[in-house]
Amino acid sequence: MEILKPAMAGTLESSDAQVTVEPGDGKIELSLESSVMNQYGKQIKATVLETLDRLGVKSARVTMVDKGALDCTIKARVECAVFRSCGKSESGIPWGGDVR
Amino acid sequence: MIPRPRPERFRLRRTMMFMNAQKPGLIKDAYIYGVDSIMLDLEDAVAENQKDSARFSLYHALKTIDYGETEVIVRINGLDTPHWQEDIRVCVAGGADGIRIAKCESANDVKTVEAAVEKAEEEFGVEKGRTLLMAALESPKGILNAYEICAASERMFGVAISGGDFRKCMQTTPQRDGIDMVTARGLMLIAARAAGVQCFDTVFTNLDDNEGFIAEVMQNKAMGFDGKSLINPKQIRPVHEIFTPTEKEVIQAEKIVRAVRENAAKGLGVFTVDGKMIDIAFLPGAERTLRLARACGMYEGDLV
Repeated sequence: MEILKPAMAGTLESSDAQVTVEPGDGKIELSLESSVMNQYGKQIKATVLETLDRLGVKSARVTMVDKGALDCTIKARVECAVFRSCGKSESGIPWGGDVR
Repeated sequence: MIPRPRPERFRLRRTMMFMNAQKPGLIKDAYIYGVDSIMLDLEDAVAENQKDSARFSLYHALKTIDYGETEVIVRINGLDTPHWQEDIRVCVAGGADGIRIAKCESANDVKTVEAAVEKAEEEFGVEKGRTLLMAALESPKGILNAYEICAASERMFGVAISGGDFRKCMQTTPQRDGIDMVTARGLMLIAARAAGVQCFDTVFTNLDDNEGFIAEVMQNKAMGFDGKSLINPKQIRPVHEIFTPTEKEVIQAEKIVRAVRENAAKGLGVFTVDGKMIDIAFLPGAERTLRLARACGMYEGDLV
């Protein structure tokens, strides 16, 4: 998927994460801020990158502020932000396909 | 993926707790409360511009979190919104046990949802008929059509009244003695029993009024409800206590079931147990008490 416009998903509440995606310049730039950076920073980054890869996002600037979200929440927020940036978040989501 | 077992149409549902599907902090460990069913909400709890986000959150929660014995129902948006079709797709794809139809007013509403569920089961390779349905009656029209709604589909396991909207329609407010909704509750119960489905009462929203809450739950049980909708974990225990049969009731039920069976073998239709007249008509009630006791973990016999 191509990031067409800036989009955001998630909140700054505990156990949640706020993800912003913006059009990039040919690569993935990820900036992460997390309340559990020392313990889980690597794993969180891997989850974000894996999710973007699954959605076929090749170029994006991604900012994430994590408040101790589980992997399933991180995936949900990244996916929602990407679908929103393409204007495709409201219907026809490939549940169980690229979203899994 | 968590392979949830095939949902049971009729199971113990004393308590059904609402939770906002958009809030990860709430839904990630909802199974710890010991509630019979959780109701993940895509409708009123989720702001209009977060409906899409709530679905992603719901999908991954359904696929990732092991809710164990807790039943997982999802409340979808009303049929008068642009959201309900995608809500159904995500519920079915995620493997929710059931769907609660908001603002249901007719058998046709149930059939509309059923058709969309069936289509989604086909799309996502889910066993046909797996996803159960229940309806929320929130208007006078919904109450008057309760029977046709209850009987509209093989997937229907129950109906619930939604007090907030209903009282608004009736120009009333919650009353201590329940007079504001007694007719509606009664009509819905009769319809549910006639159709052979379960029946659940509305939420009690004043969390500081424990006495009022207990009184309402006791009235619910006395009227014959199967359970109650809840908004807070602290409401679970009192409802379970009130809806669980007493030890005396269980012993009595055991005696009745035994006596009916033994006497039937001897060719006797009517007899006495502890001085009370008993006949075959008492059997279903006694068996129901034992099934409820078993589900509550207080009966381990083999009569039911």
